[in-house]
Amino acid sequence: GTARYIDDLTFPGLLHGRTIRSTIPAGRIVAVRPQLTTSGFTIVDHSDIPGRNVVALIDDDQPSLAEREIRHVAEPIVLLAHEDRDALLAADVQIDYTETTPNYDPEASTTTFKSIAISKGDVAAGFAAAEVVVDGEYRVGHQEQLYIETNGVIAVPDADGAITVYGSMQCPYYVHRALTVLLDLPDDKVRVVQTETGGGFGGKEEYPSMIAGHAALLARKSGRPVKLVYDRVEDMLATTKRHPAVIRHRTGLTRDGRLTAIDIDAVFDGGAYATLSAVVLSRGLIHASGPYRCDHVRIRGRATLTNTPPNGAFRGFGAPQTQFATEVHMDRIAAELGIDPARLREINALRPGDTTATGQRLGRDCSALQVLREAVKRTGFKRRRKAIAGTNRGIGLSLFFHGSGFTGGGEVKLASKVSLALTERGARILVASTEIGQGTRTMHAQIVADTLGVPYDAIEVNAADTGVVPDSGPTVASRTCMIVGRILQRCAEDMRTRLGRLTPREYLRSHGPLVITREYERPAAMSWDDTSYHGDAYGTYGWACDVVEVEVDRDTWEVRPVAFTTVHEIGKAIHPLLAEGQIEGGTVQGIGYALLEDVVMRDGRMANAQLTNYIIPTTLDTPAMQVVLLENPYQHGPFGAKGVGEMPIDGPAPAVINALRHAGFDLRAIPATPEKLMACASR
Amino acid sequence: MRVTLNGTTRRIEAHPLERLLDVLREECGLTGTKEGCGEGECGACTVLIDGAPVNSCLVPFAHVERTRVTTIEGLGGRHPLQRAFVEHGGAQCGICTPGMIMAAVALGKHPSLDQIRVGLAGNLCRCTGYAAIYRSVINSRRGKNRKPDDIARSQNLRGKQPLRTRRPQNS
Repeated sequence: GTARYIDDLTFPGLLHGRTIRSTIPAGRIVAVRPQLTTSGFTIVDHSDIPGRNVVALIDDDQPSLAEREIRHVAEPIVLLAHEDRDALLAADVQIDYTETTPNYDPEASTTTFKSIAISKGDVAAGFAAAEVVVDGEYRVGHQEQLYIETNGVIAVPDADGAITVYGSMQCPYYVHRALTVLLDLPDDKVRVVQTETGGGFGGKEEYPSMIAGHAALLARKSGRPVKLVYDRVEDMLATTKRHPAVIRHRTGLTRDGRLTAIDIDAVFDGGAYATLSAVVLSRGLIHASGPYRCDHVRIRGRATLTNTPPNGAFRGFGAPQTQFATEVHMDRIAAELGIDPARLREINALRPGDTTATGQRLGRDCSALQVLREAVKRTGFKRRRKAIAGTNRGIGLSLFFHGSGFTGGGEVKLASKVSLALTERGARILVASTEIGQGTRTMHAQIVADTLGVPYDAIEVNAADTGVVPDSGPTVASRTCMIVGRILQRCAEDMRTRLGRLTPREYLRSHGPLVITREYERPAAMSWDDTSYHGDAYGTYGWACDVVEVEVDRDTWEVRPVAFTTVHEIGKAIHPLLAEGQIEGGTVQGIGYALLEDVVMRDGRMANAQLTNYIIPTTLDTPAMQVVLLENPYQHGPFGAKGVGEMPIDGPAPAVINALRHAGFDLRAIPATPEKLMACASR
Repeated sequence: MRVTLNGTTRRIEAHPLERLLDVLREECGLTGTKEGCGEGECGACTVLIDGAPVNSCLVPFAHVERTRVTTIEGLGGRHPLQRAFVEHGGAQCGICTPGMIMAAVALGKHPSLDQIRVGLAGNLCRCTGYAAIYRSVINSRRGKNRKPDDIARSQNLRGKQPLRTRRPQNS
């Protein structure tokens, strides 16, 4: 109870903030009429923005506050602040609109944020060589991150025009940059400090830049600290979610199950503004052909505009969508060919030396076959599949992979910096990587301690405060261990060399303070071409296989996962207990994605924006889990480690749907709610 | 109103219809109790009233007159469950943890796995997938176990690592 989250903090003279949002999905603002009956309000609209009215990120197309055009429900228009929360809630701001016709269909959209094409070999030749062709269309819906702590910040103005923002966030430097653009301030006049963060999962990757800007505008205008913390309904209505997608596969194979051609088309629903859609699409497409070898591959995709709140980062970042389609499609292929699904995957799984769809040649740490064999062996998959055939139970499998770090040239562009300061006892870590429950501080301290050769307790970790720490990039993309951890390790190696035979205390006495800063260095053999989408998309990949057994209640059509086994190859588990925690947690989020989590959009507005009817897994929805860690070290990761945070959510949904297929349900969309099962059974 | 809060009987001035959650956090400064949803679904605001777990976001302050209210602060940081949640990774981001622990306190001394699953079904955790929470509750009275920090201390990250299986765990 002693950890202080943003809503636990207060400042002298604190005001509370509130956001007035659009109630229509598309149109123009005609008039804004605040009707405030009490005094003491601070009111902010777009005309109060000193810099550019954008949430600076990639395309800079999203305004901080709408000026005229409205593209989605819950778009922010006016901000209010008051010291009394009751007065704030009672305040009324009337907004008049002219409405235009909204579009909710990503495939019918006339605005494309990003198109990407990946090509390998000659897909026509691949189909010419095929003896069997299997087509399929697969659909996934929105998913809400549902961190238990909602988005929130406090902005504190300084007399000299500077501003400090404290808040719940994953990426302090994203917020920092957005504030300098919005407020037209130099870097040193903006300070961003992460407070204890009650979960992120991507939902606090880009959105904190929006809410921090709002609080800062109110704080600058009122001259007082302003707290802006969303309640659950506002958080669910207004903030980003996982992109829905429609994914079509056409696959050519030989009769004995060898892939000869893969052709994939994917459409991602970006929502009303670009936010991170381009990079979500990119990761999604690179993972779309799954962990399989095939000489002839074509993958095309686009992210388009719809009049719904912008979709954004969520653990997995496009890969859960595309690998859902691939893995469900593989089971349909297996059924078509009359081959065991595990056998089909064994025939086609990527091996060391094979190339991916982008032409990346895989190293010795490619472990697709190992994770598959381990999972099949541990669950007695083939035997169990026969034993429960024809009952209310089904068993299903998914094989998947996940690239660690930013996609393509992303890490080179980020050029992350990390510092390590010598202390009397050991060292202090200075990184912008945030602790959001995944174990950043512990894991980084371990890497430094073991590299430096000092006890774990001799390492301190500085708060993620842009006033103190360098920009080590965002805490996203399974990069905090493999990428940031590796730069930290290089700092520690250099520090160890500098120390020589001296203890830290002796060094400080004779040479004075020592701070070592290092920047990301791309491994020499890596190359990537962003125009052809060819090359090494990621430094390396983690590999995993899920097996789940489910039971269907044929009266209520509810699905109960009974047992779940997951085998993850992650290079090196720096901290096995924390790594298992990531895998268990991600797996259960994936089970929610498969069965429960249904964002119902009605007229562009989330109709179930509350926990009463947006259902996430509880203890009673969660099966017994067996987690198996394999280690196949990556030569450029710290102690061989790869990324782990996102991969666990890629596999559960297709494994569950494949288990349901085994139980007799031909499902091609998630979530597989009882309504969908009933409809499926009566077809 | 007179309330026995974390063992101390005191008078607290607040509107009788104010949410107990707000009285605890704002009038009493006990911010360990968290708000996750404000509608009794997530359990982050769980406290004990006369030993029974309730969602304090649904309880009007008037309801607790002359009762014993226990919050996470009332456990003093030394409760076996608090230690066990640290030792077994039962807390990741930590925001559900105070409510989860209060709900677990109400389960009594030796709950079975089924009793834990039913007893904690009103407390949502988005990080752990619950497995580590079960391990924490089950092991809370089995004496001292290894904390994440102990594991961090003892992990030898150096040396060659061939492909190998790490201790598989059945939870």
